[in-house]
Amino acid sequence: MITLILKVALVFFALTIVISFYRVVKGPSMPDRIVALDTIGVNLLSMVAIVSIVFETKAYLEVILILGILSFIGTIAFSKFLERGVIIEHKSDR
Amino acid sequence: MKLNNVILKTTTQVVFFMIFLFSIHIFFAGHFSPGGGFVGGLLTASALVLLLLTYDLKTVQQLLPINYTTMTAIGLLLSLGTAATSAFLGDAFFKHYFDHFTLPLFGDTELHTAMLFDLGVYLVVVGVTMIIIQSIGGDE
Repeated sequence: MITLILKVALVFFALTIVISFYRVVKGPSMPDRIVALDTIGVNLLSMVAIVSIVFETKAYLEVILILGILSFIGTIAFSKFLERGVIIEHKSDR
Repeated sequence: MKLNNVILKTTTQVVFFMIFLFSIHIFFAGHFSPGGGFVGGLLTASALVLLLLTYDLKTVQQLLPINYTTMTAIGLLLSLGTAATSAFLGDAFFKHYFDHFTLPLFGDTELHTAMLFDLGVYLVVVGVTMIIIQSIGGDE
């Protein structure tokens, strides 16, 4: 029973990723695509959590944290590129 | 154009230590669970990249005055030295030694020379990643 519920949740998360992917492809502006990619990252992280429950293993728990960290840093890098033009400044003027 | 990114700076000051401690955890847990020197090194490098994103190249170099080329060399020497020690002791090349010790805080601990090899991998991965990112990103 619980496995069935988890698999239904996996299907819904996959559906969310498909909808977000539509926004990545279609999105009129660049920030739309960045937010959509961030949403895909969070949903992927949730899918890994559910898969680790289905497989009854603790080996994937590090993957969840690493995926969250990488998604965070990637979103910040994209946002800084959009806002400032450079990702890593040589000497900040502040 | 002056921008005041106080939210990003405050978040980074907290999140940097979380990522760094998690990378240390993943480095030490690599023997019995997923992880190891490579993933730990990449996570440490990503924590440093977060610092580079928030501040700039000069500030981070003043904050952490590390020569990453030397760091890579030390890592390579450590790995090679760990592998070669057993050859000098009369065993095969790359033979690893381990034993159980009773440490004051950790109790019964299994110490392994493979961890020294992994420390070399860690230093090389951090050094090479930071060299690549700094030389590409730090344009005048």
